[in-house]
Amino acid sequence: MADRERFAELAMEHMDSLYGAAIRMTRNPADAEDLVQETYLKAYRAFDSFAEGTNLKAWLYRILTNTYINAYRARRRRPEQSDIEDIEDLYLYRRLGGLEAAQAGRSAEEEVLEHLTDDQVKGAIESLPDQFRLAVLLADVEGFSYKEIAEITGVPIGTVMSRLHRGRRALQKALAEYGLERGLVPTQGG
Amino acid sequence: MVGMTEHSGSSEDGGCQEAIHRLYHYLDGELTEERRRAIQAHLDECNPCLEAYDFEAELRSIVAGHCREQPPSTLRDRVAAALRSEREAAAGRRIGGSTPGRS
Repeated sequence: MADRERFAELAMEHMDSLYGAAIRMTRNPADAEDLVQETYLKAYRAFDSFAEGTNLKAWLYRILTNTYINAYRARRRRPEQSDIEDIEDLYLYRRLGGLEAAQAGRSAEEEVLEHLTDDQVKGAIESLPDQFRLAVLLADVEGFSYKEIAEITGVPIGTVMSRLHRGRRALQKALAEYGLERGLVPTQGG
Repeated sequence: MVGMTEHSGSSEDGGCQEAIHRLYHYLDGELTEERRRAIQAHLDECNPCLEAYDFEAELRSIVAGHCREQPPSTLRDRVAAALRSEREAAAGRRIGGSTPGRS
């Protein structure tokens, strides 16, 4: 059983990453601040039930995720799954000519990555439907394992893998579209 | 690649397909040791697959880098104050004679 007196000392160090995830979830700084505060209050009240020595960061993310899902369920956008099904693996890399022109050097592909801006990357993540966005955030930004993501989001590992797979392809498509707008990604067939 | 028996004929496609198929599990650190080594051996010999892996790893690190956020300094104070008033409310209940703990 965890001691509530130690809660702040242990939990406050995770605020930066919780806040980052909260912004990507809510897509807005004011809501993100409310979400983080609510998460800390709920975690403090429930800290008796936290098993000390287990993963505090994952536990906080679970509360953050549940709070977000409950608060924003009404506003949740319908996942555009059919669009995501059509996207192939390594979408962005293929669009940039990778695999086909491997001998030509990779500077062009890497250059595109270097030119991505904060707004483009954030916009691409925020364009993903909820459940895919959560999976990609937890894995690719926060570095949680499949098992941890399953515990945080309360779904089986197979579902986590499927959401991650589709979410990553959708993210690549969104990034390719930003690259297209800026002329960094060649138009298809060109 | 030419002249390497593992990369000749149909086994080349098989090895590359396998490597691309397992790319994300590899980068996620979610493969068994045996599979991880098999992929590693393929990447040591297959430059196109290695470049695809490098691209995906770099993309992931760039995405994570662009998603870092610095919360406003006021948020830390706000949360600390909320926790303090929660603690004081709980202490007040104890002084008032009710048992601590919640439903």
